[in-house]
Amino acid sequence: MVEVQQLTKRFGSRLAVDQLSFNVGPGEVLGFLGPNGAGKSTTMKMVTGFLQPTSGTARVNGFDILEQPLDAKKAMGYLPEGAPAYGDMTVQQFLNFIADIRGLSGDFKRARMQRVVEDVHLTQVLAQRIDTLSKGFRRRVGLAQAIIHDPKVLILDEPTDGLDPNQKHEVRHLIRNMSKDKIIVISTHILEEVEAVCTRAMIIAHGKLLADGTPDDLAAKSRYHGAVTLKLAARDEAARVLKELPDVLEVKNEDASNELTVFPRPGAAVLQSVSAMVEQKRWTVQALYQQKGRLDDVFRQITGGAAA
Amino acid sequence: MKNHPISILLKRELNSYFATPLAYVFIVIFLALTGVFTFYLGNFFERNQADLAPFFGFHPWLYLFLIPAIAMGIWAEERKTGTIELLLTLPITLWQTVIAKFLAAWAFIAIALACTFPMWITVNYLGDADNGAIFTAYIGSLLMAGGYLAAGMCISALTRSQVIAFIVSLVVCFVFVMAGFPMVVDVVRGWLPNGIVDALAGMSFLTHFQALSKGVLDLRDVVYFVAMIAAWLYASILIIDLKKAE
Ligand SMILES: Nc1ncnc2c1ncn2[C@@H]1O[C@H](COP(=O)(O)OP(=O)(O)OP(=O)(O)O)[C@@H](O)[C@H]1O
Ligand SMILES: [Mg+2]
Repeated sequence: MVEVQQLTKRFGSRLAVDQLSFNVGPGEVLGFLGPNGAGKSTTMKMVTGFLQPTSGTARVNGFDILEQPLDAKKAMGYLPEGAPAYGDMTVQQFLNFIADIRGLSGDFKRARMQRVVEDVHLTQVLAQRIDTLSKGFRRRVGLAQAIIHDPKVLILDEPTDGLDPNQKHEVRHLIRNMSKDKIIVISTHILEEVEAVCTRAMIIAHGKLLADGTPDDLAAKSRYHGAVTLKLAARDEAARVLKELPDVLEVKNEDASNELTVFPRPGAAVLQSVSAMVEQKRWTVQALYQQKGRLDDVFRQITGGAAA
Repeated sequence: MKNHPISILLKRELNSYFATPLAYVFIVIFLALTGVFTFYLGNFFERNQADLAPFFGFHPWLYLFLIPAIAMGIWAEERKTGTIELLLTLPITLWQTVIAKFLAAWAFIAIALACTFPMWITVNYLGDADNGAIFTAYIGSLLMAGGYLAAGMCISALTRSQVIAFIVSLVVCFVFVMAGFPMVVDVVRGWLPNGIVDALAGMSFLTHFQALSKGVLDLRDVVYFVAMIAAWLYASILIIDLKKAE
């Protein structure tokens, strides 16, 4: 369990994190969203015991990060923003050092090293110095050091930043697989990642919690939730006709994709009436589907269009 | 002990000195300078004495430049690359980290110092040397190096710029040396009460190294250097705790 209580951080006159409170339980993968400078990294730095909170505290696995920092740190794995690592060491030496400091030894250490190197695909660079690695490989080394002791709590600050599409996929897969008995908190700017791995998402801006729910819950707040999109040749005619349907609020002509989006009135559904109309008019449509809602739309709506 | 966090971190730090050619360059410079100082400036042969007084006499001045060069990167580099965040979120306490880093750098200096053993062989070859006194002087020199190092490390914790760390450390160490330099002490005596002058001179590296370098082991001098190291290291802990985010 990670319990964050009234966590606040002030840098001079700037309030970076403002009375943030939330709990995360085992099995949850929490996605931390927010515009640049929202306070995501600062929150993670406090929860992992790097920064002293101005007020408030966090408990990790029952250990208060201020009162029992060592026990709390033992239970955590942390990938800091930018994946820092000692450039003068080889990947093997670095992971070995982290494993030693984490108190791993003997067969368990050997097994964990092997497992992690395989999971994060580091075999080919084991003997290479870290400062000669590409950005993506460096990120993977950072991820490997965070999970080497199989921690109960994982805090990952932008874990897929700089990874190629294959690796992004692999890392998401890895996170999902690890998530069963763990608490995982990730921060990200990639909204599809939230949909792909997170069981829960939190949007913060200016250090304050603005939304908290499953990705589907959040998406449902989107204007696109329940909207029906169709792709057809007779767009202009369809737009005119569909606008007159009883539950339709608005019909939007998406010029870029040659699609029409039909927005329902609040609380209403339009899928049936739209498809009935399509049949009645005998339009040939190439696509017709109902939207779940778009996270990026909600993100922009909630954070007031601040740069994302 | 092998699995103690301090020894694991110490090993990593010490290895990282030797991971680049810089360590070897440093040792070579150290040996070259001690050679030049001792044989040319110190009139080693002309003195016709089988001791290492000229050798040890130059150590305070040599350390003034060489030790800030070692110390400047110890924290500044961690801050610059962001590894400080990794290090301080590992299950190891801040004081363990500070001690491990200090011991690693000190061990490196001890290695450099040990490399001057041909000097010791030379005096034994030339005459009847007092090896006990030489050993004491080596210990004294290492203790003094620890004082410079602890001060330099503390200053390195204040900034992410290695150049600034180097210059400030050099100035601070210079003050600590000069406070005991006879010429300076005499000048100051002219316009400050004797008690204060003696207290200031008593804070100097030079004053406390004098007896040790001649082979006289006075417990007060040892205590002075140990206290000096402890105070600077304690200050480092406070500074890092306060300024680690910047
Ligand atoms: N050491 C510091 N000193 C002063 N201000 C800081 C410091 N660290 C962070 N801040 C400020 O705190 C705020 C939150 O920063 P933080 O790094 O937590 O944002 P973030 O949500 O992680 O952003 P990003 O998406 O860009 O990573 C920002 O306004 C930042 O400028
Ligand atoms: Mg961030």
